[in-house]
Formats: sequence, structure tokens, C-alpha cells
Amino acid sequence: MAATEKKPVVVTDLGVLNKPASDLLTWVDARFPLMENWNAHLAQYYAPKNFNFWYYFGGFAMLVLVIQIVTGIFLTMHYKPDAAQAFASVEYIMREVSWGWLVRYMHSTGASMFFLVVYLHMFRAMLYGSYQKPRELLWIFGMLIYLVLMGEAFFGYLLPWGQMSFWGAQVIVNLFGAVPFIGPDLSLWIRGDYVISDATLNRFFAFHVIALPLVLLGLVAAHLIALHEVGSNNPDGIEIKANKDANGIPRDGIPFHPYYTVKDSFGAVVFLIVFSLILFFAPEMGGYFLEANNFVPADPLKTPLHIAPVWYFTPYYSILRAVPPLFNSQFPGVIAMGAATMIFFALPWLDRSPVKSIRYKGPIYKVALAVFVVVFLVLGYLGTEATNVWGQAGAWLGGVERATVVSRICTVIYFAFFLLMPWYTKIDSVKPVPERVTG
Amino acid sequence: MSNPPEMNPGRRRLIVMTAAAGGACGVAAALPFAATMLPSERAKALGAPVEADISALAPGDMQVVEWRGKPVWIIRRTKEMLESIKKGDGIVADPQSSVPQQPEYAKNDFRSIKEEYAVLVGVCTHLGCSPQLKSGEAKAEMGADWIGGFYCPCHGSKFDFAGRVYKGAPAPINLEVPKYAFLSDTRIVIGEDTKGA
Amino acid sequence: MNMKKFLMMLALFGATAAAALSSANEAVKLDRAPIDVGDLVSLQSGARTFVNNCLNCHSASLMRYNRLRDLGLTEAQIKDNLLFTAEKVGENMNIAMPKGDAKEWFGAAPPDLSVIARARGADWIYSYLRGFYRDDSRPTGWNNTVFPNVGMPHVLWTLQGQRSYSEEVVKTAGGEPLKDGHGNELKKAKFETLVPGSQSALQYDHTVRDLTAFLVWMGEPGQLQRKQVGFIVLMVLGFMLVLAWLLKREFWKDVH
Repeated sequence: MAATEKKPVVVTDLGVLNKPASDLLTWVDARFPLMENWNAHLAQYYAPKNFNFWYYFGGFAMLVLVIQIVTGIFLTMHYKPDAAQAFASVEYIMREVSWGWLVRYMHSTGASMFFLVVYLHMFRAMLYGSYQKPRELLWIFGMLIYLVLMGEAFFGYLLPWGQMSFWGAQVIVNLFGAVPFIGPDLSLWIRGDYVISDATLNRFFAFHVIALPLVLLGLVAAHLIALHEVGSNNPDGIEIKANKDANGIPRDGIPFHPYYTVKDSFGAVVFLIVFSLILFFAPEMGGYFLEANNFVPADPLKTPLHIAPVWYFTPYYSILRAVPPLFNSQFPGVIAMGAATMIFFALPWLDRSPVKSIRYKGPIYKVALAVFVVVFLVLGYLGTEATNVWGQAGAWLGGVERATVVSRICTVIYFAFFLLMPWYTKIDSVKPVPERVTG
Repeated sequence: MSNPPEMNPGRRRLIVMTAAAGGACGVAAALPFAATMLPSERAKALGAPVEADISALAPGDMQVVEWRGKPVWIIRRTKEMLESIKKGDGIVADPQSSVPQQPEYAKNDFRSIKEEYAVLVGVCTHLGCSPQLKSGEAKAEMGADWIGGFYCPCHGSKFDFAGRVYKGAPAPINLEVPKYAFLSDTRIVIGEDTKGA
Repeated sequence: MNMKKFLMMLALFGATAAAALSSANEAVKLDRAPIDVGDLVSLQSGARTFVNNCLNCHSASLMRYNRLRDLGLTEAQIKDNLLFTAEKVGENMNIAMPKGDAKEWFGAAPPDLSVIARARGADWIYSYLRGFYRDDSRPTGWNNTVFPNVGMPHVLWTLQGQRSYSEEVVKTAGGEPLKDGHGNELKKAKFETLVPGSQSALQYDHTVRDLTAFLVWMGEPGQLQRKQVGFIVLMVLGFMLVLAWLLKREFWKDVH
């Protein structure tokens, strides 16, 4: 920061208001690092000029976070976190609160959109090697956000207190019961009762409404600070800071404001159109965003025929089911499910390729990533269905279900993608990486 | 202060238009959220008008009906009570009911549609306690110039049988007369009158 | 990875899913409910059937009587024709039967119907209400093709009449049972009228159609408004899209 007082430059011409505006800015700026941060993070923060479609999703994630918080606040004004009142209070919001239906649907649509956006955002990193040095910590913060988001969604899903809410929570908390030795006590402590009950609902409400949102906000701040420290990656995977002009400005960089503020605003409108199409015309999304069975109030005495988590958890649910019990314990499946989520953390160290972006990697990585995506989607689909969805395999396989066989194969491929990566990224061919971005 | 860089007028126009349209959309999006804070259907149903059957109300007696969480008194005034109201013009603070604490049809000598029946919200206009009915005979405890009415035990406010507040009482204004109407000689609806809600 | 590859993968996934869905075992075949939730006359008729027949045992406790104004009825009309279990139109459609007694009498408490259409779906309800048949082995004397051994009697039997049900295995000309792609024998459902009801089969279908439409509407009374608002929102966003696009293009002229 210069020792002499820097007068802020007001670019908009407000006519007679120019002087008062400028004076106000000067007053604030002497007491708060407004212009300093405006420049450092927006007007003079240089981002690569070749951001493509995949680079919208980080901004969309922030937009959805704001939507979830605002709609969440207004829902909390009417929702009752009591087992005897919760289900009815959600319908009260839908029917009796003025425009309550809109707030509720925004929140339920936002929850699914959050995961869709985050998955596409993570996929971008896998395409362009955005987790590679010096962005490993950025990736770790992002992964932590992903984990906390999964927790946030899990806690939130109990709140409507429908059949799926109840039984989904019952199944997942029982997984903790599979931990050796401490399992049952752990589940008891999490639930606060012998079965998912009012005690559980109240604490999940506290986690969902305040505890995890605060953690999420902190992690998002850390994520953005880490990003701005090293600067953004780009589809060519080259470092724009390596090529600066006489003024120290990256030749392939453009100021985030106004170029990306304007571009992201356009993207936001497209996003809101997709969001609105779902919200106003298909909020249930065929039972994937709002499940039919969740319109039946929770009944601890009646187990649904088919319990499945919401779609964004299903790949991991498939992996959990695919692993057979060992010594009468489902614990190996639990470990596999946990490992499947956690293994993403290791990506910066598993990817030994000398280049970052898939554009300059060889065919091995391209095939591996494509296969991974297919496997992830197949596992995801199978997780939404009962295990007998594809019938029985032949007697030569012992009558095991076809879907289970496919899940097991997919699980092996899933882990192979990560565990073999140090090898195949090393032996893969690379193309020469350009000096300047190619767009 | 450096001069702002030149911006082509087309670009400026587009910025202003988009910002204005976006701002309008933002306001439009905020309105439903503000609306969620209005009374819900449940609140409106619970606050709906209440009917009272006054066929069993004897002269001099009071019936209490709950409306919107507040006690509403229906008093069948005797001739003596009506006389005492007429005598009270000098000792009450607002004898002509000039402060709008009552509907137009209750802005009269007895602050009611029919002389015989007083309908008053039984909440003291000082700090909200519910006053007690005290007949004109209770001069021993209420003082020699007590002509009958209501006494609030919290801070000593006094009201006459038309709900008018005594001069010098902590309460500033007369008791509220709610909207009401006679559905028949024996039924009163409180909370709405025939002129709509 | 470019866009084309990504889209091809999505298509592959879609094909996998479609194949999977087609080979899944189907439970009961449901008839499509020919409802129109925008038809207020149909909804009014359904409302009448509902309060006259269903509201005795089934509550709709999340639904207020005065919401029926959305169907084009006045409060007076609601009060005169439809207000069965409450004093005021602002009250909820509750019933007097306690849940404990209900469970004892019927085996299971008749569920609240406020959101039944969102839980079961219109097709299920439409098929269910048309699937009753006489069965003396059941305590109520009734059974149902869609919900086997249901505890509910055929409340609308005076309209539909009494029918018997039997299943016939479909045979080829040579006497061999026909099977579907998964090896299940094809059965033909046969209903026979024992005692005719006051409505013809078509009239009864219409009655059930209207009742189903009403239940779908009652499951989400705001659905018509939702779509109207959605249409306006999309128009406005479409306009914003044009402005935002022009603004982006204008600024990005600077970037080469």
C-alpha cells in the first residue's frame, strides 16, 4: 500500500454526485481496506483470458450457496424441528405461508443443483489438473467443502421427517454401528436415542441450520483466499504468471472485473433459467429431487420396500453395497465407501503427469478419465435402484444379482483409476505445452 | 483526481440498462420473501371473527369472549349503568371519543350499536393488563366519586361502563371497541361488521 | 476432454439407464389417470365425492376448507355443500375418529390423504379406486388388484356395483401358457359384474378421474399458480439473458 493517500478512481459518471461519492469512498478507504481489496481481488486480479464453459461452475456454486442460505433462513421462520410437527410444518409452508411454496422449492432444487454444480466444478479440476502444484491446498479446501456439503445435505434431509428422511438417516447412522468395538455406542451418541427420534431431529436441525453453514462459509473463504494466492489455472494448464509484460501484468491475463464479472453474470442468468425450469415445472424431477415416499410421514414401524439415498450420494452407496460382508460385518463396505470419497484428496500426489491439462496428456489419461466418468454414472444409477434391478445372473455365478456384479466391477475400476494413476500418468505420452494460452 | 477513462456511450447504455433491469429483478425476487412474513392462513384462521351467543346474558352481567388472543367483554348494561355513563362526562378524559379507538357506529354517548350491550376489548390501554368490573356500589374500596365501571389492578387505571378512561389515570385513552355486528338479537359477531371484513 | 466426448458419454449413460429400466420387473400394471388438474369443474366434482365419501374415515388435516375457493367456489358454497367435519371454513379437514380406534377397527389407521397423490401418484390412485372386487375371505368382503388385502372396503361400491375377479392364464392355440420376455406367465384379468351399481363403467371412470384429479390438486394446491409464475419468470429471465449476453459481448470485444 502506497504511503501517499490514493484517491479512488470512480469510473462511473454520476454527474453532480461525483464529488460526494468520491469523498465518501476516500473516507471509508482511510479506515477500511476497501479499494486495496477491490483491486487485489477484482479490478486488478488477473485471471487467464481463456476460461471456458467448465469455469462457470465455481461462481455458480457461490450463487447456490447464497440461495440456500437465504431460502433456509426464511424456511426456518416457519419450520418446526419437532418430530410431531415437522412434516406438517413443511406442508404448512407449502400451503399456508404466502409464497412459502416458492421458498421451499428453491431450497430443494438448490440442494440438488449444488451437487450438480460441485461435481462439474470438481470435474473441471480433473480435466485441467487444477489440483496440481501449487494448487494442492486449494484442492484440499475444496474437498473439505465437498465433505461438509455432504454432511449438510444429510442433516438437512432428515428435517422434512418423511419415510425416506427417517429411514435414510437410520441406515446411515447404523453404518457407524458397524465400526468395531465402539460402533453401537457411537450410533447411540449420534442419535441421542435408541432409534432416530425427536432428539436426533433437533440436533440435526442445529447442525444443518448453523453449525455446518458456518464451517462452510469459513472453508469457502479459505478456498478463495488460497485461489487468489496462486492464481487460477486454465484449460491449457500453463501458468500465466510465467509470462508477464513490462508492468508485471500476465500477458494472458485479464482483470477479473469487469471481464469475468460480466461473463459470470451472463452465466448466472443461464443457470437461473435452468434452475427456474426445474423449480417451476419439475420440482420433484421424477422423484429424484423430492422423493415420492418422503410424502409419507416417518413411521418407525414400517420400513419402506426400497431405501435409497438422494441421487448425489448414490455412487458411494453403490460401493457400500457392492462390498460383501466380512466376518459378518458390513464394516468393509463402510470403509470402502469412506475411501471412495476420501481418495479424491490424494489426486495432487497421484497424478504424476508432467503436464496439467488433458489437452496435452496422452490417450491413456483420456481413456481413464472417460471410463471413470462412465463408472461413476453407472454406480450412481445403480445406487438409486434396488439390487435386483437387472435380475439374477446365471447359476454359474451362484445366482448373484447382475447389478451387484456390475457394481463390483465398477468399484474395482473406480479405485483403479486412482491407485494406478501414479503409474499410468507417468508412462502416458505428453504433447508439447504451449508458451501462451490457446483459448 | 484522475479523469475517468473514456467509455463509449453504447457500452455505458448497456451497463445502465442491464443494471436497472437486474436491480428490478432483484427487487421482484425479494418481494415473495418479504411476503412469507405476512400472517399465514393459519394466523388468519385463528384470528377469524368470533360469534357470541348472548341469549343467556342477564342485565348487569358480563360475558368474555376470546378474539385474536384478547378478551372481549360483552356487558348487558342496566339502567343505572347507563345513567352513570351520562353523569361521567366531567370525570373522563375523552368524553366524546375523539381518539379513534372505536368504529364509527360506536362513536356515540354509549360507545355501542345498542345502548344495552357494551362490547369492549378488555385490555387496559396503559400496559395491557385486563381490568376488573366494579359496580357503582363499590364506593368503599373505590372512593366516594366512583360511579361504576372497570378498575385495572396493575397501575390503578379506571374506566366507566362505556370504556372511557378516567382523567388522571395512567391509561391514556379509552378502551378499544372492536368491529362487531348483531347477527340477530341473540348473536353478536366480533371482528367483522357488515361493511366487509 | 471436449464437449462432444462428454455428450457422447451422457448418451451412453442414458442408453444404459433406458435399457435397465425396460428390463426391470414391474409390479402391478397401472392405468394412466386421464386427469386435467386445470379443469375446475372436474376438481369441484372430485371435491364433492371426496367430502361425501372419504372424509368419514380419512382426514386431510393439512388442507383447509377455505382453500376450496381456489376451485371457483364461494365461502357460502363451501359452507353449504362441503363443510362436513368442521364449524368454520377456515378450519382443517380433520375427522373425529381417533387414530387408535381406527387401527383397531380396520387393522391400519386410514392414512391422511392430504399428500397421498404425491406419495402414490395419480395413476396408482386412479387404478386403485377402480380395482376393487368382492372377496369373502376378507373381513370387509372386498379386495383390490392394486393393493392386495387392503383394509379399506369399497366405499364407492354403490356407484360401481359389485364385481368378482379372476385371473386366466393366457394360452396359445396349442394350449401352452404364454410368457413375457422375463419368463413370467401372462395372465388375463377378468372382472364380472355381480350387482350393477348406479353408474355405468364409463360414468364411474369419470367419477374416479375427477376424484383423482382433486386428490392431485389437494396434494399441491399451489401447482397452477406455480406454473403461471414460472412462465412469467422465464420470460423475464429470457429478456435478462439477451441483455446480459449483449453486455458480455460488448466488454469482451476488448479481449484478444
